[in-house]
Amino acid sequence: MPAQSIWTLLSWGPDGWSDDIASGVVVTILLALATLPIGLVIGFFVAFAKQHEEPSLRLAANIYTTVFRGLPELVTLFLFFFGMPLLLQYVVRLFNPDATIDVNSFIAGMIVLSLIFSSYASEVFLSAFRAIPKGQYEGGYAVGLAKWQTMRLIILPQLIRIAFPGLENCWLSLLKDTSLVSVVNLAETLRQSAVAARVTKHAFLFYSVAALIFLALAILSSIASGYILRHLGRRALR
Amino acid sequence: MSVSQAIAVDKPPPQARGWPRARVVGYALVGFWILFGAGILAYLVYAWNPEFFAKYAPAYLQGLGTTLALVAISMVTGAILSLPVAYGRMSKNWILSGLAYCYVYFFRGTPLLVQTYLVYYGVGSFRPELETVGLWWFFREAFYCGVFAFSLNTAAYQAEILRGAIESVPRGQWEGAASLGLHKLQTLRKVILPQALIVALRPYGNELILMIKASAIVAIITVYDLMGNAKLAYAKSFDIQAYIWVAIVYLVMVEILRHGVEWIERRITVHLHR
Repeated sequence: MPAQSIWTLLSWGPDGWSDDIASGVVVTILLALATLPIGLVIGFFVAFAKQHEEPSLRLAANIYTTVFRGLPELVTLFLFFFGMPLLLQYVVRLFNPDATIDVNSFIAGMIVLSLIFSSYASEVFLSAFRAIPKGQYEGGYAVGLAKWQTMRLIILPQLIRIAFPGLENCWLSLLKDTSLVSVVNLAETLRQSAVAARVTKHAFLFYSVAALIFLALAILSSIASGYILRHLGRRALR
Repeated sequence: MSVSQAIAVDKPPPQARGWPRARVVGYALVGFWILFGAGILAYLVYAWNPEFFAKYAPAYLQGLGTTLALVAISMVTGAILSLPVAYGRMSKNWILSGLAYCYVYFFRGTPLLVQTYLVYYGVGSFRPELETVGLWWFFREAFYCGVFAFSLNTAAYQAEILRGAIESVPRGQWEGAASLGLHKLQTLRKVILPQALIVALRPYGNELILMIKASAIVAIITVYDLMGNAKLAYAKSFDIQAYIWVAIVYLVMVEILRHGVEWIERRITVHLHR
């Protein structure tokens, strides 16, 4: 094998690996962005249930966080990736005896990451719920707003502002957890770098590149979140 | 109108204990969880296979030992490594604090899986160089590589925990100790650390739990820890109960630790409650 220089390996095109890794970065970002809204919504409802006066709702929500925060991310991922097809197949075969089910690793990763993200985000939302004084609800009811209107118009805007720093941490760990989905063959950043490393035998180089990409994504997110935080703060002042 | 009459009149009506929507939803969700748990239990009973159990239970036990050893060694090494890093983070020397900041930022900003690959495959690819230095025996073993990566990673997190805890102690405590004539090390040991460790206990507990959960990652670099044995059992038998069992073991371990930390915290903060 002719010795290729590092710069050839890192170039864009048929000889280099930059284009392959870049497509992996796109998958990583898409996976994280697709997970975020689902995780936020589930996390909000779980936190809402946790601070509700109805004990059965609290119990159900606490079981949810106990399970998904207690299981290692990798175990949850494998359970879903290998277990869900079995379950789905069993259900589908009741109707259509010769159907086969294949689970897309992107979808499996998205579901698992949403479960994990939402259980962490629910803790953040819960402490934000506790930081909002009761008078805010009572004020809402006193001016004649319905329960959900009070929630939407009075509580939610404050909740988001209080919860934002904690949610940023959840987002950063979500970004890091996307790398785990490479284990079930999703062609994201780490997977593509690993392929490059195996083919070229420059393992240190390509894993360093992967690490730097994740670092760059983290830096970009903190810049973006600083911008959003300033925006939220400005709206609060007005 | 007498006072007792007014009280009798103004009494609020009794709370209606009917079936509001929240209760219906709550009961439905709890019912779902009960069904889910019962379903898993039923599956495990239905799929109960003495052969599977006899074959893989010893492997799981041995894997549990590997996991615990990995976490214990990494936590202790990480704690030792975190001392200079925390010192650097709090130092006024900008070179030291900058270096410590970069270290912490790198290890907290990149996935642990990438760090583990970087050590096992990345450093491992410099075999001739490592052989000349005489370190090849270390980087050849996946277990040692896992310990190495995990120690560096947890050192960054523990340094931040330590720094946060020490900085949570008010300055007056340092000044008071200085005015009593204690030097810095004495102050740290006798005045600051006892107060800081109360603050640090919960984050340390969380870090330990995170490490146990993260330790499943080493299964990917061919270490036969708990998860590694589950992977092996699944690959051989294609039986999903391999993963269900391992999930139960991890869940039990994490719950025991979580409640243990809470218990210790209640015990050592007795003097703060009235």
